[in-house]
Amino acid sequence: MKSKSGWKRKDLLGIEDLSVDEINTVLDTAAAFKQVGKRTIKKVPSLRGKTLVNLFIEPSTRTRTSFELAAKRLSADVINITATASSIVKGETLKDTALNLQALHADIIVIRHSAAGAPHFLARLLKASVINAGDGAHEHPTQALLDAFTIREKKGRIEGLNVTILGDILYSRVARSNIWLLTKLGAHVTLAGPSTLVPRVFEQFGCRVTYDIEEAIRGADVINLLRIQHERQRKTMFPSIGEYTAMFGLSKDRFARTKPDAAIMHPGPINRGVEIDSEIADCGRSVILEQVTNGLAVRMAVLFLCSGGQALEP
Amino acid sequence: MKSLHIKNGRVMDPANHVDAVRDIFVVDGKISDTPPSVALEVIDATGMIVTPGLIDMHVHLREPGRSDKETIETGTRCAARGGFTSVVCMPNTSPVADNSGTIAFIKQRTAEVGCVNVFPTGAISKELKGEELAPIGSLKRVGVVAITDDGHCVQNNELMRRAVEYAKMFSLPVLDHCQDYNLVADGMMNEGYWSAVLGLHGWPVVGEDVIVARNILLAEQADWWIHCQHISSARSVELIREAKKRGVKISAEACPHHFTLTDECVKTYDTNFKMNPPLRTERDREALLEGLANGTINCIASDHAPHCTYEKEVEFDLAPFGIIGLETELALSLELVRKRLLPLSQLVEKLTLNPARLLGLKKGTLAPGADGDVTIINADREWTYDVEQSASSARNSPFHGWNLKGKAVMTIVGGKIVWREN
Repeated sequence: MKSKSGWKRKDLLGIEDLSVDEINTVLDTAAAFKQVGKRTIKKVPSLRGKTLVNLFIEPSTRTRTSFELAAKRLSADVINITATASSIVKGETLKDTALNLQALHADIIVIRHSAAGAPHFLARLLKASVINAGDGAHEHPTQALLDAFTIREKKGRIEGLNVTILGDILYSRVARSNIWLLTKLGAHVTLAGPSTLVPRVFEQFGCRVTYDIEEAIRGADVINLLRIQHERQRKTMFPSIGEYTAMFGLSKDRFARTKPDAAIMHPGPINRGVEIDSEIADCGRSVILEQVTNGLAVRMAVLFLCSGGQALEP
Repeated sequence: MKSLHIKNGRVMDPANHVDAVRDIFVVDGKISDTPPSVALEVIDATGMIVTPGLIDMHVHLREPGRSDKETIETGTRCAARGGFTSVVCMPNTSPVADNSGTIAFIKQRTAEVGCVNVFPTGAISKELKGEELAPIGSLKRVGVVAITDDGHCVQNNELMRRAVEYAKMFSLPVLDHCQDYNLVADGMMNEGYWSAVLGLHGWPVVGEDVIVARNILLAEQADWWIHCQHISSARSVELIREAKKRGVKISAEACPHHFTLTDECVKTYDTNFKMNPPLRTERDREALLEGLANGTINCIASDHAPHCTYEKEVEFDLAPFGIIGLETELALSLELVRKRLLPLSQLVEKLTLNPARLLGLKKGTLAPGADGDVTIINADREWTYDVEQSASSARNSPFHGWNLKGKAVMTIVGGKIVWREN
């Protein structure tokens, strides 16, 4: 592995303000770390002596575990804090919680929060690195990076690909981060779903918006399915889960009309039988579990780079 | 109290169609056009603009109940610094100003510690709940100048209809914060491109527009005044303009932040850009400027809304709505004159005569015999707003660090100098 420059940030707050170079630096560094994961000894000493706090104010399985494992593979000490088991339930503000973590000399704070902008608020406040692990409906940068990593691995490129993101775009941070990243790297992004959840305003992000699901998936090289974000949604957005599945779910029929090599992605958690037919989730073209594996390498790369590590090439 | 001789200023007094360099006198707390025989303090106003004392018809003084945010003492000092001799305070205190006792308390505190005139408003509905009418007649008797559920909006159209009909009997205008609760729900910022980028719940303009339209219909039916507070949307301006042409008794105010800033400001998640209604698009901002220019929007008000720093230093979703505005209002408004969007006389009307007429205040004029409320403005004075030096107890201003032009250099209330810029 050899070093190259290209990353100067202490925080990763979103994809929107990243350059193409920065994105490629993360992806290349992740590729190097993916090789580490295939060794017998999977641990490297890069972050030895550093303390990482997983501050999860909103529930998560995949992302929290992935960050924890990534940090441990880099030899950092890891503390996990979840909202229900913290002083936040006693009325402590996010600011005070964060200042206390800083007083304990935390080096990296990975934050998941239901409020958009919470990581930006912390980054302004703290000397520690702040990594956004999902803030409300705003961004989920490491998810977009691992999705891009997976696409690049499967398709060999991102530029020129047709990527369709299907489902609840309005309330999805995964959608926003993916849109920024994929359009920066030159993919053609199509958004589809119910008009109430895929407002036309997203055309201003450089995407195509359509409500014709058949047309949206027909020419797609990649189909990224999103869950309905009930926890953030108003009650009036569509009639019922049943109707959603009928109108927008990836059924076997619809799947049969996709390109034979179209990759099926999903950031999880999956609601089987709602946005995706259960068998399709498990089929050969589904890369859902590979996304999870790649997430580890991508998060290792992000933690490494934000701690001042020199970018790596595979 | 010494009598005052305000010398050689450009007197701008729209109520009396005066725009001329002349001297005015304040004797025994009243305006006079002849020099008194007693000792005078001479104030050289050469190069200054001399106006009737400015009136801000939309202010939250937070007392009683939240004196950690602001008090009548600090809020009125803040008003004086901004050039305001009169403020109209909103009833969302604790307890709510839906009873004579709370109004009496506000009046008493003002007499004790207030340095400008405070005109209280009473609630439309009990506890601002929008369910039953507050005792509007009794509130009038203790001196409220209008009724409003500001911060809240009566959703029940029938109750609003009765409020307007009933308030008419007492000549009390109804001030309305126009917000449809179902459409707005948990909206945090203007619904549009920036809310989509930032992932914040949208507060759609239509949530304001439907209530403005309702108010027009109810004002028309009752033939009585409804004043739409802090109008922020282009369509609302259009609706009001059209209604005014028909002669409907509809009135409107705009806030400096809405005609100065846009929703793009929210992109750093700075909670000092969170207010209700929210900052809108450039198109809406331009429509407000046009509405101010053509008279559709007849008043300018700050919606001065103090909050504690710790309350604003939280996640955007959790922060309270509102900013302080009394000290920056005049400079931001004078910008309209400098940009030739509005003649100075019309700006002064919107800050004096128009709110006075709507609310039935014997203010907003420099006619001999009127109360000696005078503001002296240096329109060319350049200064930087430092919120840490604010007279308010609060620090929640998005204009901290802004270079502004135009400042009240003296504020006179009832013949007494309550603010003097060194």
